[in-house]
Amino acid sequence: MANIRFHDPDPAILARRAQIVADLADLVPAECFVSDERELVPFETDAFTAYRRVPLAVVLPETTEQVARVLKYLAREKVPVVPRGAGTSLSGGAIPQEDAVVIGLSKMSRILEVDLPNRMARVQAGVTNINISNAVDGDGFFYAPDPSSQLACTIGGNIGMNSGGAHCLKYGVTTNNLLGVRLVTFDGEILDLGAGELDAAGYDLLGLVCGSEGQLGIVTEAIVRLIAKPEGARPVLFGFESSEVAGNCVADIIAAGIVPVAIEFMDKQAIEICEAFAHAGYPLDVEALLIVEVEGSDAEMNDMLARIIEIARRHGVSSVKESQSAMEAALIWKGRKSAFGATGRIADYICMDGTVPLSQLSHVLRETDVIVRKYGLRVANVFHAGDGNMHPLILYNVNDPEEAEKAEAAGMDILRLCVDAGGCLTGEHGVGIEKRDLMRHQYDEVDLLQQLAVRDAFDPSRIMNPSKVFPLDMTKGQTRGRAA
Amino acid sequence: MTTIHRPQDENEAAGIIRAAWETRAPLAIEGGGTRAGIGRPLQAAATLSSTGLNGIIEYNPAEMVITVAAGTPVATVETALAEAGQRFAFEPADYRALLGSTGEPTVGALAAANISGPRRFVAGAARDSLLGVRFVNGQGEIVRNGGKVMKNVTGLDLVKLMAGSWGTLGFLTQVTFKVQPVPESRMTLAIRGLLEEDAVNALAHAMATSADVSGAAHLPELVADKVLDGRLGSAPATLLRLEGFETSIRIRAERLKALLGSLGEIEEIGAERSAALWTQVRDLAPFAGGQEDKPVWRISMKPSEAHKAVMALRMQVGATAFYDWQGGLVWLRLETGDPEDQAVRAAVARFGGGHATLVRASGPVRASIPVFQPQSRAVAALSRRVKETFDPAGILNPGRMAAEA
Repeated sequence: MANIRFHDPDPAILARRAQIVADLADLVPAECFVSDERELVPFETDAFTAYRRVPLAVVLPETTEQVARVLKYLAREKVPVVPRGAGTSLSGGAIPQEDAVVIGLSKMSRILEVDLPNRMARVQAGVTNINISNAVDGDGFFYAPDPSSQLACTIGGNIGMNSGGAHCLKYGVTTNNLLGVRLVTFDGEILDLGAGELDAAGYDLLGLVCGSEGQLGIVTEAIVRLIAKPEGARPVLFGFESSEVAGNCVADIIAAGIVPVAIEFMDKQAIEICEAFAHAGYPLDVEALLIVEVEGSDAEMNDMLARIIEIARRHGVSSVKESQSAMEAALIWKGRKSAFGATGRIADYICMDGTVPLSQLSHVLRETDVIVRKYGLRVANVFHAGDGNMHPLILYNVNDPEEAEKAEAAGMDILRLCVDAGGCLTGEHGVGIEKRDLMRHQYDEVDLLQQLAVRDAFDPSRIMNPSKVFPLDMTKGQTRGRAA
Repeated sequence: MTTIHRPQDENEAAGIIRAAWETRAPLAIEGGGTRAGIGRPLQAAATLSSTGLNGIIEYNPAEMVITVAAGTPVATVETALAEAGQRFAFEPADYRALLGSTGEPTVGALAAANISGPRRFVAGAARDSLLGVRFVNGQGEIVRNGGKVMKNVTGLDLVKLMAGSWGTLGFLTQVTFKVQPVPESRMTLAIRGLLEEDAVNALAHAMATSADVSGAAHLPELVADKVLDGRLGSAPATLLRLEGFETSIRIRAERLKALLGSLGEIEEIGAERSAALWTQVRDLAPFAGGQEDKPVWRISMKPSEAHKAVMALRMQVGATAFYDWQGGLVWLRLETGDPEDQAVRAAVARFGGGHATLVRASGPVRASIPVFQPQSRAVAALSRRVKETFDPAGILNPGRMAAEA
């Protein structure tokens, strides 16, 4: 795969590399700085591994002040900056380029304050998503957004991509669980947006920063919402004879006024892959599987499940399996959350992330199959059905350039299909480099120009995470600046 | 005499703004005008009203999403939602009784003013339910952002920015909201007789359980008897709302009673009166009706700190307050005509920060003090740069949010 281009590295910056490296080395402690060419290699890509670019240098700051100092210097030198959390982006959001300095937040991984009466935690951006929940688990709280990569991914990265997860049907995505950030702007100014109170005092800059893919500044701290854990949670497996029937069942559950915490969908291919990996007890004789999770006390869960099972029966559900223990429940989720990793063991894959209106689920599943077969490839579907966020995994062999091209082309066709069905290109993975060139399929030029102008209001020199989000030809050269 | 433009479609609206942009002529942006009394008074010879943009554009209840023309009355939309057993999660407040205004609130204004109600602290504000917008910016360009699906991270989230921008960034023409099913039943527990600190602690305790409380308010003495026609009596009432399936809320109510019963007498308020009670909390009934000369502040702080700011303030000025959002939202009425803005904002700053907005005051008062919380120099400068990208000539609601923007 080599279809996605980056801005050409600035030869003037490359020529000054030695000086820039020397200057940066003066700004941060030695253990916070990487410039050796071999040691730079781990930073050349993220979880979108088809593309790799070794950066000019990597800074791993320990404080907000160090981030500010480094950004101030890089802004003066007009050197591009690529922010990085754990590098788990599936859209290439953290892939650097040869003339860029990576600022990685991995050393800033402390939980600074847990405030249970106000149900919030103040954390450094490099803390992993799961560690927030782990820190408050004993007190009966958790942090709700739970991307599948939550063991590794950082809250800073979650904010960059406005990450979701399986349980956002009930609890919302990152932006709905974020109360404040400390943001370092491109030129090293430190801003606090939100202090833990609700709603913005003026413009909702916090809402704007969330999901801005590292182009509006670098988040070094965050204040996040903690939620009291439900008394219990029980995932139930529903097997169906076709994807279409499973899709209709989802629509009917929602229409009946029942909103479970999660409704996850897997097709036959995904079931087989995940079951082989996790031995979660998924039924293997069905074409489609729903994992429906309910929460509450036993009585509440029984009541809710009875209603859901009744709906599933009307759709001729072929198997129903309730988890009987916490261990079984954990296994069911392990299977689902390891879907990407398990798939990676049997084949290379690219993961799409389009979202469609619920009424279009069956149509889009059908057409996805048609598209993938047209390219002679296979697809495994595993996704958040309750909110229409699809994740077709297109399987291919990375060592076969022709097949790789086909996989990429099929992915783009599927995303166009999602947009044409009334949906969008990305529900939770972000645009990154992967979907950048499809932005014009979803938005008109004027829509994108307005977004770009807002980006420029934060970073007029466009050094923050360049080559991402906007079609490349839009971000070449001078900024739009103040309209006359 | 001001001109009122009432475009019948988006293109007409774009034409009007383009003409205003070319002549640098300020426009007052308006929906139903029921919240015109919030913000700094405007100096604009012409008003651009959204009320000609009327109607539900797309609503399929099974998708839990509704798309509406911005000028559609909230009542029309809420009726359509109710017929399908659904509602806005953010429980939009109606400020007419508080402000003594008339007319029909519009859905566009729910977005533009980021309106919410008691459920906001668990279900989000309008900004959290708002999935997509279409608007005309200050150069007359029609811009789309977001969409009609529940999860969308495609590009910059201008939807959030439009929410709460009070018409200063663009003229909303179409809004898409996520909606939710109306729960089968509801009830409220009222703990009686608690003073502020104990009340806020009780609310925090309740929120630390899995009881899934969807309303957590405290009505102190002199406020409690201003709701439900005085039937609650005058003793302080600390309110916890439960919504859901009947069997479930019963279980949760018992759990809360066991947890909080030692604090004071707990009354149960049944479904019907519970609904009326929370509507009155939402619409500020205790401060409404014939008291327009008394300024009212809306203060958002950390729940554990807000009552401390109120106590400190009360040492200096005569004020009445009640609390929502687990104590983090203070509605504060000053008993003389003076808004006491410096004392109010100093108290907020002293107890951990937040923001105070003067939601009710006379025009001259609103012209003389910052109605919205003044921001740090750096954030204010950034906000100004953002504003300029939408409205470079500063013609949309000039000065409504801040004197210089």
